Amino acid sequence: MRLTDKLTTGRPNIEVYSETLMELAGRDRDIIVMTSDSRGSGKLVPFAEKFPDQLVEVGIAEQTLVGVSAGLASCGKKVFATSPGCFLTARALEQIKNDVAYSDFPVNLVGISAGVSYGALGSTHHSLHDIAALRAINNIVIVVPADNHETRMAVRAAAESNSPFYLRFGKRPMPHLYGEDEPFEIGRANVISGGNDFAVVACGEAVAPATGAAQLLYNEGINVRVISMHTIKPLDRETLIRAASECRGVITVEEHSVYGGLGEACAGVLMEEGISVPFRRVGIPDEYTVTGSQQEIFNHYGISPEGIAGLIRSLLKVSASGGRV
Amino acid sequence: MAGYTDRELEQKSAGMRLDLLRYIKMAGAGHTGGDLSCIDILNVLYNDVLNVSPETIGSGDRDRYIQSKGHSVEALYVVLAERGFFPERELETLSRYKSHFVGHPTRKVRGVEFNTGALGHGLAISGGIALAGKKDKKSYRVFTLLGDGELAEGSNWEAAMFASHNKLDNLVAILDHNTLQLTDKYSSICNPSPIDEKFSAFGWSVVNVDGHSIPELRRVLNDVPRETGKPTFIIADTIKGKGVSFMENVLKWHHGVPDDAQYQAAVKELEERIGELSA
Repeated sequence: MRLTDKLTTGRPNIEVYSETLMELAGRDRDIIVMTSDSRGSGKLVPFAEKFPDQLVEVGIAEQTLVGVSAGLASCGKKVFATSPGCFLTARALEQIKNDVAYSDFPVNLVGISAGVSYGALGSTHHSLHDIAALRAINNIVIVVPADNHETRMAVRAAAESNSPFYLRFGKRPMPHLYGEDEPFEIGRANVISGGNDFAVVACGEAVAPATGAAQLLYNEGINVRVISMHTIKPLDRETLIRAASECRGVITVEEHSVYGGLGEACAGVLMEEGISVPFRRVGIPDEYTVTGSQQEIFNHYGISPEGIAGLIRSLLKVSASGGRV
Repeated sequence: MAGYTDRELEQKSAGMRLDLLRYIKMAGAGHTGGDLSCIDILNVLYNDVLNVSPETIGSGDRDRYIQSKGHSVEALYVVLAERGFFPERELETLSRYKSHFVGHPTRKVRGVEFNTGALGHGLAISGGIALAGKKDKKSYRVFTLLGDGELAEGSNWEAAMFASHNKLDNLVAILDHNTLQLTDKYSSICNPSPIDEKFSAFGWSVVNVDGHSIPELRRVLNDVPRETGKPTFIIADTIKGKGVSFMENVLKWHHGVPDDAQYQAAVKELEERIGELSA
């Protein structure tokens, strides 16, 4: 994209998830969607109406959701176990670890209304731990799509894959970051805007504000490379290393705790590679999360065009003066 | 199925008890008491009930066995070895560095369907397999073995509701009802009684069986589903440590390993039993 372009707004990723599943289910009877009284939040009501035999409801029982999904997957079903990210990855973590990942059955775990999508419903309904928890479990691909295109491509890839997946979706309409025919590959980050002054590595719904920051700074003559690191695991080390080598600093932005998420994954790679550049993690700090809507929480913690742009300006200033950052 | 007589299966059970003690002794680790309480059930399943063999383990039509009480894995290993899923001598590596034969079931071992051992998982997994069978109009059945202490895990009750709601009459849960768990009798830990009434109330068809009687086990395990549209819950009354008199109903044998003298005494007792059965 060109940074002078105004982004057009698409639909919530979760709607595109449901629509993509309907495309797949029409061709493949082995596609099964599992829900835990969550078909409404998952925008799966049309799916349930069109493919009643391919939707299995377990009720509010996330452990059973994942255990049954693993059993179905062991019989060749391509299961999308769909439940709010907060409950799916905390309540059913042991089923994810043992029945899916350790037993190695390709269940697609789909965390909906993830991060702080539920906003003012409060911390019981936030999932700020999910990426950290699942990163520490062997044999799960973790994908956090940023827009409708990434969502569609990620769902298709998950359906085809023989590996367990975790797909993470929010609720709000997302701007289009790509054209429909842009390449998408699991494990390969997409560079959304070029630039060598600074790099922002973001995922999911945090990519849009990162792009907004790049637009603000473009007008000031600062060229920011925005990378959508949609696959958190396996991480695209190459794209990250290139960005850190070619730019004057790196920040990561994510709708997740700063502990154990994208930021720490990137930091680990850069440390191992001996690449030392100004680096900051933007996300939800280790505190009782401020109350408010998703947008208010984003703004509060600087997950906004202004917040990200301000951080980049300050890091570039310190960097230019040769001072320690 | 091979068509064994009751006496032949009883001989197998006694031999399997001897085997599992030998490998536990070699490894220096194992869940001896629970192995001995469920070995008759596993023997009957694999030698008289389950439509699965080393030749058909890859078939989508095979019956499935999921061991939810994964800690009794030595019993499963011995039965699978006896049934020819892998050479028995591989069990000499039990619990050794880089061995596939770890202390809970994993799919690295031929014949094992799921990696289990954390409790409260098997019933939901089995429910998923049973549901897939219904959707695909296959005639296979799913058997899962639960421990009675395990019933404290709430996930069992979620899965119990799921199974009856979906009318999974191709699902059979067997309770290894030896009444002892790690710390004490289950009745003094968090009493699940009355287990039969609870599962009946959850929509299951419940039946009791003597879990050490080969003819009784054959009759009950082969007579499923008991009611069309209902999953079957079989309460197999067992004795923890069964077959080695000084281990029976003694708490410390939950994961006790016999010392040399105890091992010799156990072997002597089991060999006498084999002698009686051969007479």
